[in-house]
Amino acid sequence: MTSVSRRVSLFVTCMVDQLFPKIGLAMAGVLEGLGFTVDFPEAQTCCGQPAFNSGYPDQARDVARHFLDVFESSEAVVVPSGSCTSMIVRHFADLFRQDVPQLARVESLAQRVWEFSGFLADVAGADDVGARLDDVVTFHDGCHALRELGIQTAPRRLLSHVRGLELREMEPAAECCGFGGTFSVKFAELSGAMAREKIDAIVRTGARAVVSLDPSCLMQIQGALSRAGLNIRTLHLAEVLASR
Amino acid sequence: MPGEKPGVFDRKIREALSDARLQQAIYTATGRLKESRLNVVSSGVLPDYQELRTQANRLKQHAIDNLDFYLEQFQRNVEARGGRVVFCQNGVAVADFVLALAKERGARLIVKSKSMTTEEIDLNERLEHHGLESVETDLGEYILQLAHERPYHIVAPALHKTRYDVADILSERLHVPRETVIEKQTAIARGVLRQKFLAADIGISGANFIVADSGAIVLVENEGNARLTTSAPKIHIAIAGIEKVIPRAQDLATFLKLLARSATGQLLSVYTSFLSGPRRPGEIDGPDEFYVLLLDNGRTRLLADREKRQTLYCIRCGACLNACPVYRKIGGHSFPWVYSGPIGAILTPQFREVPQEPSLPFASSLCGACAEVCPVKIDIPKILLELRSDAHRHDPPKSQNRWEKLAFRAFAWLMRHPRAYEMAGRMAGSLAAADDAAWISRVPALLNIGPLRAWLSQRDLPPPPPRSFRQLWRQR
Amino acid sequence: MTPREDILHRVRAALGRGGSPPSPDPPAVRLRIPEVVIESRIASFTARLEALAGRVLRADTPGRAGERVREALGDRSAVASNAPYLEECAVTRFPGVRSGSTDRDQLRALCASADVGITSADYALADTGTLVMLSSPHEARMISLLPPAHIAVLPVTRLITGLDELFSILPDPASTTSSMVLITGPSRTADIEQILVRGVHGPGQITVVLVG
Repeated sequence: MTSVSRRVSLFVTCMVDQLFPKIGLAMAGVLEGLGFTVDFPEAQTCCGQPAFNSGYPDQARDVARHFLDVFESSEAVVVPSGSCTSMIVRHFADLFRQDVPQLARVESLAQRVWEFSGFLADVAGADDVGARLDDVVTFHDGCHALRELGIQTAPRRLLSHVRGLELREMEPAAECCGFGGTFSVKFAELSGAMAREKIDAIVRTGARAVVSLDPSCLMQIQGALSRAGLNIRTLHLAEVLASR
Repeated sequence: MPGEKPGVFDRKIREALSDARLQQAIYTATGRLKESRLNVVSSGVLPDYQELRTQANRLKQHAIDNLDFYLEQFQRNVEARGGRVVFCQNGVAVADFVLALAKERGARLIVKSKSMTTEEIDLNERLEHHGLESVETDLGEYILQLAHERPYHIVAPALHKTRYDVADILSERLHVPRETVIEKQTAIARGVLRQKFLAADIGISGANFIVADSGAIVLVENEGNARLTTSAPKIHIAIAGIEKVIPRAQDLATFLKLLARSATGQLLSVYTSFLSGPRRPGEIDGPDEFYVLLLDNGRTRLLADREKRQTLYCIRCGACLNACPVYRKIGGHSFPWVYSGPIGAILTPQFREVPQEPSLPFASSLCGACAEVCPVKIDIPKILLELRSDAHRHDPPKSQNRWEKLAFRAFAWLMRHPRAYEMAGRMAGSLAAADDAAWISRVPALLNIGPLRAWLSQRDLPPPPPRSFRQLWRQR
Repeated sequence: MTPREDILHRVRAALGRGGSPPSPDPPAVRLRIPEVVIESRIASFTARLEALAGRVLRADTPGRAGERVREALGDRSAVASNAPYLEECAVTRFPGVRSGSTDRDQLRALCASADVGITSADYALADTGTLVMLSSPHEARMISLLPPAHIAVLPVTRLITGLDELFSILPDPASTTSSMVLITGPSRTADIEQILVRGVHGPGQITVVLVG
């Protein structure tokens, strides 16, 4: 374990706050179980990615500034989303390219913001968090966690230590689920077709649950599974690791 | 955009999605190309793959940042070898040059090897309009020329055609008996095209690279038609975008290792031709005249932007198409111009003065698979984001996007005001069902509009939870 | 303004500078040439070319190489290049083999009707199974291109490791020839349904005789 503070701040993301609060509670539980003191800065809202990815960098910059204000004093920030983490640690710098003082704040904070599984692997040094889940699952690589943050082995290693759990890899695990933010409604049929491609890959594994690091992927996948009438559930990694 | 009436792009996407045979064809072909590529770039086979990508990116960046220098050096060296370089602003200039030369030499028949650059300027149509016969000689391109279609994919142009489609096209256009065996179809085309090669007055090729320190062009192919095009007729004209220049012949050691691997999963393509000038004294064959036409056609326009300039690094390997989950669903002909897939999505809006399809840069989930496989490391998602932002900046004031713009302003305001944000959340939460409610398949007609309707057209919606995370956290 | 001046002007304006640029300083050339013993080079070349459905034959001496070529030819007609090495192998003296042509039209007619084209090669690349052909008074472009089969005969001393070594030996091929062609296996296409077909426009068969 690297010598860092045992104190972490949660950035639960707007999606978890409003739609999937259980994921946030699960994440907090796992971190506390590892001995971390967890706080939740109440002024937090969103990272600004919806505006950034839709081509509104000015609006995204306003939201990003708010994020910087809220989390500036946090020693470590843990996020239950690869996509939001990537927005903060990789794309905030794009937003403040022209603004040297803000850029310095961004670069300093970016060092302290972690995607959940990355935090467990690289900071907490945890492989086995004592979880138990009797189920057959498959893992969906979220695009930004995988390709922008390079997170691939950490979640799999964590899953491999969950008692009773069998991981069956889907082929391909790394192809996009088709969510893509406003893409999912601007090109709804295309996005839906991509989701159904993903569903086919999931069904081929015979798994009964899909695990991912991103609530947005899970919303897309669960939405398509539910529409197809398939009895396969979706779980955030934190929910799996919080199972006993 | 939601609420807009479906345009051509939307219609073509819908058509492609509903064509089961086409879906199968695209998935199989791109899947095979993807896998072939993976087999030859893995660390076991090519340990320095990432170093080669970095070197290729640096070389391209350097060449583009010094484009004027290298174009002038290239011209000097071509002319020192007895060739000629002609700068062309657009497709009209290219056609005018070819037509004037053909007239002067009494040429009538032109053989062409595959070139995306000539597709870009509709060269065949322009030449045929003036009574010249211009024949595509790459098998896939030939089939498409007979069918009057444009390429479906940068390296697999006839990817969408089955052997039965090809049988129809050949028998109809060449008046030969219908033949469905692929080997025999190939032999038919070979026979027809062989006669064209031997009778042609002019050969027109593209160029995969133009080499500044040598005054050479480089052509990469598998069939041999580019070799025939550039060596059988007495006149060879190569048409290349100005961005194709690389500093030195030695840099090919980097680029050639990446190109064929990325394109088709070969270590090297079957034929790589390095051509400089007309045949030399004593050489037995080869052309007597050698021209290189350097085409702008919008390229200098996008050079001005430091970030988007990297679009010009593209070596047209097509790997991003095969990797792209959007291309694999909608195929090549849904795209508004000759370039398709991720690279087409960033090239088209920048090359063309009048945007062809304003929503093109938005047709991506930003998954990043394109950037991951790009052999010259073009950050395609980043450029898509810039183009999205540009698109909003250039929106006419009364555009249909103004609601979206307002919505994002409201979003940004709300996200900077946590209390208002929480209030808004509670209002939505008041619709909440029980804790373990099922996902929602439909909503009352009054609510079934805009993005919600679009979402529900494909998927179910999560039931809003009775309490937000922050409410639950306070209760802990 | 000529189109040339216009385009160069636009380029300079876009790059944000006035007149001619200073002489740029490109990234260092990247060539990595491994030490590979000749037997390994031969093994690699053979494996690569055979994987592409090419054939590789070995011969101890030029005389033996000639015999290999004669066996490979059978009763097919052939046109041979003017490479001195083919004469050393006696290939040019076989019945049914035409060579010595220095006339473009005559040579093209020969190539268009011959069953086999026989050449030497300036180099071969071990790690890809590639032949390197430089156009010259000894080697015409058409012989390795028009006939449906190609036989190349070369001494193993010309078998180098790969592209990097080639471009270190020939930093600028244009100073030597108007045409350098790298040939890696038989002509092929997969344009229809991704089905591999050999011998589209160029030779569908390729045989390399390594001598020594």
